[in-house]
Amino acid sequence: MKRYSAFAIAREAARNHIGWGRAWAKRPPKKRYDVIIVGAGGHGLATAYYLGRNFGITNVAILEKGWLGGGNTGRNTTIIRSNYLQDPSAAIYEKARSLYETMSQDLNYNVMFSPRGLMMLAQTEHEVRGYERTAHANALQGVETEFISARRVKELCPIINIDGPRYPVLGALWQARGGTARHDAVAWGYARACSDMGMDILQQCEVTGVRQADGKVTGVDTTLGEIGCDKLGIVVAGHSGVLAGMAGFRLPIESVALQALVSEPIKPCMDVVVMANTVHGYMSQSDKGEMVIGGSADGYNNYTQRGSFHHLEHTVSALIETFPIMSRLKMLRQWGGIVDMTGDRSPILSATPLGNCFINCGWGTGGFKAIPGSGWGFAELMAKGQSPLCDAFGLNRFTEGRFVDESVAAGVAH
Amino acid sequence: MLILTCPYCGVSGEETEFHGGGEAHLKRFGPGASEADFESYLFHRENPKGVHFERWRHVNGCGKWFIAARDTATLQVFGTYPAQTTEPPQEIRDKITAARPGWRWRDFA
Repeated sequence: MKRYSAFAIAREAARNHIGWGRAWAKRPPKKRYDVIIVGAGGHGLATAYYLGRNFGITNVAILEKGWLGGGNTGRNTTIIRSNYLQDPSAAIYEKARSLYETMSQDLNYNVMFSPRGLMMLAQTEHEVRGYERTAHANALQGVETEFISARRVKELCPIINIDGPRYPVLGALWQARGGTARHDAVAWGYARACSDMGMDILQQCEVTGVRQADGKVTGVDTTLGEIGCDKLGIVVAGHSGVLAGMAGFRLPIESVALQALVSEPIKPCMDVVVMANTVHGYMSQSDKGEMVIGGSADGYNNYTQRGSFHHLEHTVSALIETFPIMSRLKMLRQWGGIVDMTGDRSPILSATPLGNCFINCGWGTGGFKAIPGSGWGFAELMAKGQSPLCDAFGLNRFTEGRFVDESVAAGVAH
Repeated sequence: MLILTCPYCGVSGEETEFHGGGEAHLKRFGPGASEADFESYLFHRENPKGVHFERWRHVNGCGKWFIAARDTATLQVFGTYPAQTTEPPQEIRDKITAARPGWRWRDFA
């Protein structure tokens, strides 16, 4: 792999940029791999990367039915935060956030991590108490957050209307090192690093069946033929139910559409991320100047990667009350991704009834921020059979009623 | 936009008039059931990419619960029927078979 550097830019500038190689290699599949990861989104690629980096397992293939990072990795609103209430959540999301801090250096790929600060507005007394509690919990967990006053909110984000008639801003949970990153770059950076370790990234290679013998996975059938493996990792987000169906087990997951939209680009007016959970909308400004907006998930099972108009209408009308200056902005694009929702709104990183098959799913509406932590923990789980980051997120928590209940903690899907 | 027809009052409306209620035809398990059955009843859900049966309520209308047969990959609705049944009527099954030969769902009832 040729390293990217200021020197490389100067060198290529001097010779008409003829020396930039492919970021990752395109190779035909081998007959057999030590590990197959299904799904070349952020979580799948991060898993493969940490399998190689932390455990020296590099005979790995990452299978992708579409194109790399073309699912939810390329469809989210790029927000990164770790201000969760429950200990297991805070641990894995904070691990992820801390890995984002040095990801550009680790991968030698600029993921444009921007810890610009993130606030979750408290717009009811109930939310004030909830976020004060979260701030205290975060202090115990070693996650740096604080509860800030409405005045400080206005200082940090002058375009907010804190005196909204219906939902005045009473304060906010502030995470100064939360922010955003370039979502595609995260997938591309991991892919480049995986390819450099000798792993195969097989795009347009759809898994059509899971081969089994004696209660174990022996390989997968794909559109590029049968490929054998010693261990299988399923990291396919919205399509987890489809893959689990092929492998012959059920999941406590339903797939629904989650939409996002961006406005026309405008001059810089907001240098923090704002989430308003009571009215349910969140917004940040991209480097191009577009306002990036997300809201709540649609209300029924859906695999269409588009959503219902009234959800957008609801999100935008809520945000206009909080950000009156937006009212005449034109919206440029809208899109949807298929998110895998669990009952407790926490992910599943778990062994499965098939001994050598592992599943990483259930990230629901909040997967992007978790990518490096999820990959770190899931790689350890796949390599060693156990990982402290993943312990609380096993499938057995549904049998045992031992939930990591972030849906109650956050008050919303998150 | 999803358009459903309420089998009780006969009104067709956009999805804003209705509210989804999740997987239909669940078999209920209570005290005395095995842990696996209870877990499955509470948490495991059919999540097909294709033909699905789900409960809907005509919230901004007559208020009744009913069941819709729908394709989750195309949003095509094959039909709706009253909730007081353990499996879909033959007529709706035939309609699905005509549109999606070889479709399957979990066992009814």
